Amino acid sequence: MNTGDVTRAEVCVVACAEAWRGDGAILASPTGLIPGLGARLAQLTFAPELLLSDGEAYLLARPDGPAQDAGVVEGWLPYRSVFTVVAAGRRHAMMGAAQLDRYGNQNISCIGDWARPAAQLLGVRGAPGNTVNHPVSYWVPRHSRRVFVEAVDMVCGIGYDRAAQAGARFHELRVVVSNLAVLDFLTPDHTMRLRSVHPGVTVPEVVAGTGFPLVIPDDVPVTRLPTPQELALIRGRLDPGARREKELA
Amino acid sequence: MTSKVLSPDDVAGELRSGMTIGIGGWGSRRKPMALVRAILRSGLTDLTIVSYGGPDVGLLMAAGRVRRVVCGFVTLDTIPLEPHFRLGRQAGAVELTELDEGMLHWGLLAAAHRLPFLPIRAGLGSDVLRVNPGLRTVRSPYADGEELTAMPALRLDAALIHLNRADPHGNGQYLGPDPYFDDLFCQAADRSFLSCERIVPTPDLLAAGPVQSLLVNRAMIDGVVEAPGGAHFTSCVPDYARDEAFQAEYARSAQSPQAWEQFRADYLSGDEAAYQEAVRRFRTRTAAARA
Repeated sequence: MNTGDVTRAEVCVVACAEAWRGDGAILASPTGLIPGLGARLAQLTFAPELLLSDGEAYLLARPDGPAQDAGVVEGWLPYRSVFTVVAAGRRHAMMGAAQLDRYGNQNISCIGDWARPAAQLLGVRGAPGNTVNHPVSYWVPRHSRRVFVEAVDMVCGIGYDRAAQAGARFHELRVVVSNLAVLDFLTPDHTMRLRSVHPGVTVPEVVAGTGFPLVIPDDVPVTRLPTPQELALIRGRLDPGARREKELA
Repeated sequence: MTSKVLSPDDVAGELRSGMTIGIGGWGSRRKPMALVRAILRSGLTDLTIVSYGGPDVGLLMAAGRVRRVVCGFVTLDTIPLEPHFRLGRQAGAVELTELDEGMLHWGLLAAAHRLPFLPIRAGLGSDVLRVNPGLRTVRSPYADGEELTAMPALRLDAALIHLNRADPHGNGQYLGPDPYFDDLFCQAADRSFLSCERIVPTPDLLAAGPVQSLLVNRAMIDGVVEAPGGAHFTSCVPDYARDEAFQAEYARSAQSPQAWEQFRADYLSGDEAAYQEAVRRFRTRTAAARA
């Protein structure tokens, strides 16, 4: 497949953007640079109703004019209001994951025994509440067996098995975007499925980087390339300094 | 009207070892650092700290003042992992009540409302319930019968917050974009202490911002401290942004016990004025190094 000069990071930006397609007027909450570019790209193209925050307390309007219009404040969303948006379900977050298992259980808290961890990470943050209240996706910039594990050390965001046990009626995991592939949970038992591989990536590469059996369809499509318009927005407007390339380095 | 003006050390003197203390702000944003530094100068120990955690938690842990942390995260924002919190956890040196961020909010709200608990979905199915075996769930008594987490009230012995302006009576004002949960921390606490960038006469408060910026009133506040730079090195917009260079200097202090001792000697061996003077010297040094 000829990908021209499109980079893997640019494919990932578009794959992240696709996560929010069809979401309407809800709060998109990306974590990480590439998901952030993806959310902004979605808002500028096929998902104009998305609400986006600046990471502090402002909602930033979709810039309809030239690039210098970016950053127009259209609303106020302090943390106390974010919690209400979470509980109301009017949000789709794309979080990171230090560990992720086949049901989508996610860990960002610590590695090893919780009582005295080998590595203390962020803590559970809002992952338990996010995953029982509104759609959640994940971004994994380095697809490996260290991340895609048989069992996570601390369940922060809950996966489909835990959600079923807990009767979490608003639980929904959409996609996992990694540097190699897009994955989802559209299987009968909601275990992780390979949805597409990025251009230049093979299915065995993804399998080799995954520490549990993936559901692999007979035909695995290739993740779509950015359109010329999307590419122009990513390069010219959203990330002219190409910081996206460093997130995959 | 009585003045409630105190010094940072007066506030530390109002606290006792073993207390549960809530600290306002969020991550490395508008933390009452001058009051935290006053605790570091005091003999206070064995504290339970309830916080949307940042360097307040890290500093108190590094100085060995903390028995338990109640939080959903501890972060420096631009440095995602708080290094002293990491060290303490990995050494098993501190107890932890790890909660979802929304559960922490709900626990403070329950305490503020004098309720024993409030129901919330957050926590269900997650290991927050595993690592907090005292947490219970509750079933809705209505037709839905839904099972929910029963988040217990997080009652505080004292709350510490930092705002942009206040009057001498404890009416406090934030001028940045986010109030965080500072009012709620005060309402959940038996006693609350407010530090601010500047104490102004009451009539001057509305000259600085709209009435909605008056976040806490004097009935919620027991002591007021004027502490210019009192949130340093965390952000206190619009008065100042986070001091990223100094935050990096702080983060380096976790690299070894010697590095921490050096940081303590350089910045924490004197009073608040000495700290601010040491920060000025740090800025001069780093500016000279850049030139």
